[in-house]
Amino acid sequence: MSPKSKTDIPGAEHSATQTLTEKEAFFEYLIRLADDRLILGHRLSEWCGHGPILEEDIALANVALDDIGHSAALYEYAAEVEGEGRHRDDIVYFRDDVDYRNVKMVELPKGDFGFTIARQLLFSAFSYFLYERLKDAEDEQFSGMIDKHLKEIKYHLRHSREWTLRLGDGTEESHDRIQAAFNELWTYTDALFYMDEVDELLIEKGIAVDLNDFKDEWKQLVTDVLEEATLEVPDFDQFMQSGGRKGLHTEHLGHLLAEMQHLRRSYPDATWE
Amino acid sequence: MSNNEDSNDTQWPLWEVFTQPRDGKPHEHAGSLHAPDAEMALQNARDVYARRNEGVSIWVVPSNQITASTPEDMGPFFDPANDKPYRHPKFYSVPRAVKKRS
Repeated sequence: MSPKSKTDIPGAEHSATQTLTEKEAFFEYLIRLADDRLILGHRLSEWCGHGPILEEDIALANVALDDIGHSAALYEYAAEVEGEGRHRDDIVYFRDDVDYRNVKMVELPKGDFGFTIARQLLFSAFSYFLYERLKDAEDEQFSGMIDKHLKEIKYHLRHSREWTLRLGDGTEESHDRIQAAFNELWTYTDALFYMDEVDELLIEKGIAVDLNDFKDEWKQLVTDVLEEATLEVPDFDQFMQSGGRKGLHTEHLGHLLAEMQHLRRSYPDATWE
Repeated sequence: MSNNEDSNDTQWPLWEVFTQPRDGKPHEHAGSLHAPDAEMALQNARDVYARRNEGVSIWVVPSNQITASTPEDMGPFFDPANDKPYRHPKFYSVPRAVKKRS
């Protein structure tokens, strides 16, 4: 169990009683980035052996490995920043769903190929704009890591964009399926732009960036791709889900973690021979 | 684009992949794959054949656009050179600096 389980009021963007130190804020920030990528990578890995065609099976597995690799580097740095001697595996395998900080979007079941591609487009476009800015963060180790991962994120964006165009402007069935996927995912998009005192403190320190700085660019990119794919762009001003960053999740995350953590928790001292 | 003469074939078209190991080297045949169009073929080639720094450039070519010699061509195409030594540039020495570069 993480010693940092918070019992904040769900959805409260400011916990008035608490003042964060920079170290705590940075740890939290790294965990949020890492959790998004680990959980999304895990969902993508579920396609392994089930892709629609061999080449796409390999492509999705590659993206999954990239995401999990990005998360591993972030967890490792988070453990270092925390300075309590935890290993990155401790952070991954010994936290419960209430301690996970990922957005709900990434934990939703993989759905069909169209759903996976739609989610990948929304998330990769967000990651692309975020990393483009984070790579200038005033923390050498952090910015170096981000810069390295950005190259792969650009490819994820390209891959999901090309597939969105082909599925949207493909057959009637592929069009309808990916349209339904975007409609369903839309309510989870606003949570990507969630910010609180963690971000505020780190923006001041020159480490984090204001997500509002690129919200319009993100909307524009997504709108352009959907329109080119002959898809309806859902309404940006509809009811939006929230909660992931505060440890409030859908029912799906618990099941995912149960599967992911089971072995490690059953044999906590097991090592690779 | 489609190269399916057989309408029962539900596979995407086949593409041949050529990767360039590094600048200045010729592209070499890496293998083949299926893809619906050129851009996807390029992306698939990157995922299948260039994931581990195997190259700096990729070409994809629809397999049905390649005209290849056949086994029957063995004689007329490749044999005549072997018994005409004057066709082979073997009768002068190559400067060492040039040799090194190749």
